Amino acid sequence: MAIADLANPSRFLSFANRTIPWLGGLTLIVFAYGIDQAMLAPDDYQQGATVKIMFLHVPSAWLGMLGWGVMSVAALGTLVWRHPLADVAAKAAAPIGAAFTLLCLVTGSLWGRPEWGTYWVWDARLTSELVLLLLYLGVIALWRTVEDPSRAARAAAILTLVGAIDLPIIKFSVDWWNTLHQGSSVFRVGGSTIDSSILIPLFIMATAFTLLFFTLHLAAMRNEILRRRVRTLRLLQASAAS
Amino acid sequence: MNAANHMGFIVASYAAAIAVVGVLIAWVTLDYRAQRLRLADLEMRGVTRRSGPVRSERAIEQAKEKA
Repeated sequence: MAIADLANPSRFLSFANRTIPWLGGLTLIVFAYGIDQAMLAPDDYQQGATVKIMFLHVPSAWLGMLGWGVMSVAALGTLVWRHPLADVAAKAAAPIGAAFTLLCLVTGSLWGRPEWGTYWVWDARLTSELVLLLLYLGVIALWRTVEDPSRAARAAAILTLVGAIDLPIIKFSVDWWNTLHQGSSVFRVGGSTIDSSILIPLFIMATAFTLLFFTLHLAAMRNEILRRRVRTLRLLQASAAS
Repeated sequence: MNAANHMGFIVASYAAAIAVVGVLIAWVTLDYRAQRLRLADLEMRGVTRRSGPVRSERAIEQAKEKA
């Protein structure tokens, strides 16, 4: 099957039905291995056992940003090509991205209390991450407010592209401003500052979370296509009755 | 740093992750079930798309039972 064929919703449904069980199984296996490796990882020489929170916090932060990235690409598909599957992809990604952003904030707060002595500070990294969550909630509200899916998609696409400005702000906030949050330690010029005994489990957990994101996204897209079919049938039923 | 002192924060973080992932899985699973039931119900009432009927498994099973 060519990738272009997936632009057809019926073919996409068939692809999703075949792929979701395999992707879900693979996610489960990688998660089992990742959690095992995370639990076996040594304590950090400064942070002690609380470094185990990093195996949840960092992948959640990445996926919160990945979710908005997926929505931004889909928003271009909506505005430039006006493809309904792009609308579906954007709408399906929003709650998943919001959930991971929330998890990032919660785990960050729980990590911050023993390390910094506080659950929250209004520094640039934490605030820009909170802004991302509010943007997600705004897009979800917009989708729910406008009844016509194609009109809602265009409005949400514009908000998504405007909100994408927050992504580089989150990434570089620790470089641009003096923050309580630590600077980049994984992807940075000169290599990671994290020891491989902790870095490798982190990458395995990040892979597991990413697989989970795409499994959930595929499943949510399938649901959205079915929801639109239900809507179309109800409109046909109503027009036939009148 | 004493691990025992901070175990509560670690456990709470993993509990939050399990809760968030659990809610997401429940959301997609229950939503899928609800949409399939709605679709099957409409198809059973004879409402089909202009491009032709795409019957759900349940609608097909019910149609078979009637036959």
